[in-house]
Amino acid sequence: MLRLENISFEVPAEEGQKEIIRDMSLSVEDHKFVVITGPNGGGKSTLAKLIAGIEKPTSGKIYFQDEDITDKSITDRANMGISFAFQQPVRFKGIQVLDLLRLAAKKRLSVADACNYLSEVGLCARDYINREVNASLSGGELKRIEIATVLARGTKLSVFDEPEAGIDLWSFQNLIRVFERMRETADGTIIIISHQERILNIADEIVVIADGRITKQGSREEILPGLLGTASAVDSCSKFYQETEVQ
Amino acid sequence: MDEIQKRILEEVADLHTVPEGAYNIRANGKMAARNTTANIDIISKEDGSGIDIRIRPGTKKESVHIPVVLSESGLKETVYNDFYIGEDSDVVIVAGCGISNCGSQDSEHDGVHRFYVGKNAKVRYVEKHYGEGDGRGKRILNPVTEVYMEEGSSVEMEMVQIKGVDSTQRKTVAELAAGARLVVRERLLTHGSQNAVSDYLVNLNGENASADVVSRSVAQDESYQKFDSRIVGNAPCSGHTECDAIIMGNARILAVPQLEANDIDAALIHEAAIGKIAGEQIIKLMTLGLTEEEAEAQIINGFLK
Repeated sequence: MLRLENISFEVPAEEGQKEIIRDMSLSVEDHKFVVITGPNGGGKSTLAKLIAGIEKPTSGKIYFQDEDITDKSITDRANMGISFAFQQPVRFKGIQVLDLLRLAAKKRLSVADACNYLSEVGLCARDYINREVNASLSGGELKRIEIATVLARGTKLSVFDEPEAGIDLWSFQNLIRVFERMRETADGTIIIISHQERILNIADEIVVIADGRITKQGSREEILPGLLGTASAVDSCSKFYQETEVQ
Repeated sequence: MDEIQKRILEEVADLHTVPEGAYNIRANGKMAARNTTANIDIISKEDGSGIDIRIRPGTKKESVHIPVVLSESGLKETVYNDFYIGEDSDVVIVAGCGISNCGSQDSEHDGVHRFYVGKNAKVRYVEKHYGEGDGRGKRILNPVTEVYMEEGSSVEMEMVQIKGVDSTQRKTVAELAAGARLVVRERLLTHGSQNAVSDYLVNLNGENASADVVSRSVAQDESYQKFDSRIVGNAPCSGHTECDAIIMGNARILAVPQLEANDIDAALIHEAAIGKIAGEQIIKLMTLGLTEEEAEAQIINGFLK
């Protein structure tokens, strides 16, 4: 359903060009739950942006359902059935949660339907439906709303860029359940960029990216044992300790 | 009234039919319709310069509509409307001015609204400006609003001007006695070569008087906006003013929030922000399938909602 062929992505650096993604090829099949992991700075988020069309590859081709989408805009890809959840969700002054869900669903979603999506991500719908998507919402709340917009779109492919980033441990524990449920019920293909062991635990397939290249790829059973205990598969507590040490 | 006038009326006063309650509709410099109620009287001034609106003390849940429609090119008028709002009343006042100018001469309406708000009275005031017509003649609106608030009264003002008006000089002055509360919400969108100036002076004269003056605006193309809001604390009071603006194209915006404290217990705050639409906001909406133009329109719509 999604195929990347020899994708490279370069950005201007102090001296010449810096390669963020190096000649990467990757295939993701229909209805799979794929988790992409690997060290920070390895090119994971860039890969997600290349799929959504936010960045354009320097070379290589991207195919979605056998159609070449390399030169398609963000809008075109979205309308073809690709959804993207931002690592840092965007705030909008004045736009309410209901407005955003309606834009996502591309129809005049009823309040009851909109509430269902919010409930699915663990938000009490009544408290949020009329809230503005602005700075009054916490990082965790925004993340949930971001995920709800992806659910409301119900597309063939959904890409989530580090859903655990920027939210507190307690909020993330709850968020994992959302993905676990999505794993059971979702119809489309899901790609999640994550270091979280519990997310890796529900993957059909795991892809490890480091230094712009795929270093490992395979089923969870094959890949996960080798990752446990490394930074690519942290459990919630070690994530907590790591962050505490950094502070 | 003709079809053009009816349509403008719909734009400025959300009126599809004759409103309920008291109203005075002014079209092309003349009274087109009027209705009074047992509690709300509307009287033309003897010198013909405008109307007096008298609201009896204790009047609750009633409304007054006083829309103005100009559809003749070259018409210039200054109208004085005085509102006497009785103690303990609770009313909604909807004013609005729409100009359709297809001619080559400028059309101008300068409305001077004075509000005398009695003790503990509550007023919600909505004023909408609307302009249309493709003639070379300019559409000019210069509203002056004066608000005199007695003890414990409260006034909420909503001022809206979205496109269509070439030039606006809005001047609002308010005097607040003890315990009075003024809330102003201004929403403005200018485009083309339009020019809009909003000037507020709020005097907090009594203990526990409070004011909250907030403007949200979008300036597009070559337009110019100036927001000048001054809150003066002459007693133990609280005041807040805020200007939040989106700038686009070659537009220019000047925000001048001012505070003056003449009492040690005057708590006053101002905020002002001007910026363009963030690129990531547009990208986010594009990932939901909107085009860049649609995304921009949604962001502006939300901002001015």
